[in-house]
Amino acid sequence: MGSSTEPEETGAPAPAGGAGGEAEGGKPTLGKRKKRRLKVAHPERCIGCLSCMFACSRINAGRASPDRSAIKVKTQGGLEGDFAVVVCRACTDPPCARACPTGALVRREGGGVLLNRELCQGCGACAEACLIRAISQDDEGQTVCCKHCGACVAFCPHGVLEMEEVEEWTGGL
Amino acid sequence: MLRRVLYIDLGRGESAVEEREDLFEEWLGGTGVATQLLLEECPPGADPLSPEAPIVFSIGPLNALFPAITKTVAAFKSPLSGELGESYAGGRLGMALRFAGHEAVVVRGAAERPVYISIENDEVKIKDATSIWGVPATVVGYILRDVETGVGRRSIIRIGPGGERLVRYAGVVVDTYRHFGRLGLGAVFGSKKLKAIVVSGTEDVMVPDPRRYRRIYNRLFKTVVQTDAMEKYHDIGTPININVLNQLKGLPTRNFQDSSFEGAEKISGEVLADNYLFRRVSCAHCPIGCIHIGMLKTSFSREHEFEIRKISYDFELLYALGSNLGVSSAEGVLELIEACERQGLDAISTGVVLAWATEALDRGLVTLQETLGVSLRWNDVPSYLKAIENIVRMENEFYAALAQGVVFASERYGGGEFAMALGKNEVPGYHTGPASVVGLTVGVRHSHLDNAGYSIDQRALKKSLTPEEMVDAIIREDDSRGVYNSLVGCLFARGVYTPENILEALGSVGIEKTEGELEELGRRIFDEKYRFKRREGFDLAEARIPRRFYETVSAVGMIDPETIEEMMRIYRKRRGW
Repeated sequence: MGSSTEPEETGAPAPAGGAGGEAEGGKPTLGKRKKRRLKVAHPERCIGCLSCMFACSRINAGRASPDRSAIKVKTQGGLEGDFAVVVCRACTDPPCARACPTGALVRREGGGVLLNRELCQGCGACAEACLIRAISQDDEGQTVCCKHCGACVAFCPHGVLEMEEVEEWTGGL
Repeated sequence: MLRRVLYIDLGRGESAVEEREDLFEEWLGGTGVATQLLLEECPPGADPLSPEAPIVFSIGPLNALFPAITKTVAAFKSPLSGELGESYAGGRLGMALRFAGHEAVVVRGAAERPVYISIENDEVKIKDATSIWGVPATVVGYILRDVETGVGRRSIIRIGPGGERLVRYAGVVVDTYRHFGRLGLGAVFGSKKLKAIVVSGTEDVMVPDPRRYRRIYNRLFKTVVQTDAMEKYHDIGTPININVLNQLKGLPTRNFQDSSFEGAEKISGEVLADNYLFRRVSCAHCPIGCIHIGMLKTSFSREHEFEIRKISYDFELLYALGSNLGVSSAEGVLELIEACERQGLDAISTGVVLAWATEALDRGLVTLQETLGVSLRWNDVPSYLKAIENIVRMENEFYAALAQGVVFASERYGGGEFAMALGKNEVPGYHTGPASVVGLTVGVRHSHLDNAGYSIDQRALKKSLTPEEMVDAIIREDDSRGVYNSLVGCLFARGVYTPENILEALGSVGIEKTEGELEELGRRIFDEKYRFKRREGFDLAEARIPRRFYETVSAVGMIDPETIEEMMRIYRKRRGW
């Protein structure tokens, strides 16, 4: 399994819908590249296939596990209702990091947080601090959070997800 | 990967998990395993609606791991045909079972009063369902969603009043829009007083070599979303076949009295997509989204007040409740589909039964006295809606007979020559030619999905095929689908899962097989199913083929009974019977 801050190679195919960027392949060279963040650009196009969740756990956790996916597609009133795509919004002043008692979460350049697994105690304070519950603990108490690697984007068949470049994200909707 | 069987006994209120590595090793999973469990669990000659008849569910080694491997198989003794009952459903059940850690589930016995089963990982609870007995299948979902956990990763499967009242072709609704439709699993649920099963879990699936897994995954994902191997399902969906078959003269119309329908365009996939389709959804882990949901907006007052119903539609439904009943309005078909959804009935069987009843009334085999004044006529949607209700309530002897299936009803009232069933299963929407008739007759569950005879007929339109060639093609599909249905993949993606891709996908999850081994497995699975069929009294030599098939021109012209007989002879010979 890769470290929590650096994406493994995804080897992902280009997205079918034609929208969005490709996954971050190889190692990003700091400073030479603008930071990117994941954006739920068109939630209303979601068909609930969960391919993004499987991509996240497959690529970042090396296994199939919806529970360990940092992006979650939720149903609201079953399949008759609308899908909600829940993932880190890349806050520039992340409340989850502020709530973390051990300093395991630090602000990520471009928004969001980076997780230092060694410091994380799995207390769940971060999840409490995030109103949309974009950061969570799996059933083993391991914190699951998005690192904006974009692996899921490549597997969304309907262009729901996009990567966007940010210089400095100033928050707001 | 956890390869376990969960046994639940409704009579005793107990459950237990067993490791059955041997079973999965030999039979792979899915239908291979489910058939063995059915052979083990179902006593020979058991009444399909008695406590001793089991229900078996199984997924396979690739479920939830690869795109479009989304199905769960159910195996049971069919109360409709009295022999092998087998049905497949998508939705989220395959995923939920995978992450609950159960590759197969066996339900034994019967409860004393209505119950539902809640499965969350290893925790199995049998809960009282008295308060939801009688509730439509559509509504059960809303209710259980609120009282059960696992939002977003669970599956809720349930029956409607049709299953409770033991209509022999009642189905089980899976996650609102998918179904174990065929052969009466809903009635088996009803006989056990089992209203619903809720499944969810949080188990992981580890793969031995994540890199290898990702490599083959990426290739398959790309094929599913980018090539034309599944193009048909991306856009109009299966209903595209309404216009296609209509032009070929292969679309059963008014109980197979015609093979093209003057109203086809109005109920076509194109018209539904343009005017009613408002959303497409997907089974868990399938990027296609072939579930087409139409919105039926009906005014109920002069003040612009509307009933809004969201109805999933597919080709077979549009045939069975559309062209085959002469229904030439999209609203009418959608209403009939919705009635089947609410009651929890198989749409194909319901449509074929109503078509037979319409003709029987027309020909004077039954009168308005039997139909309780319901004047069943082609395209008469209100009468059909009333008849569906009467069937579920079994209002009188006639409707009770209709609730037993078209063969039973025709044995009672006559009209066997136009009672459109093969192997006692009401036929799907293809009057394409001899391969369809033979394929449905010999198929393990007498379904078009056993061996796709309709597709062989369509090939024969382009280049004529000899009876031998058609039979060989049927046998190839019979056997290879036994393997694919053991994975358990969606048949819409069968073009993606070539033998080579299946071997690589299996290899990446630690199951090394050869092409020869899989071919052999396919044959053995087929044989095992026939072992069950014969044990329960099925005899291919006694196959009953309604004369109507020979009286209406098909896509390849008139079907000659001698061709059918010859193909049946060749089939038996090839199988060594």
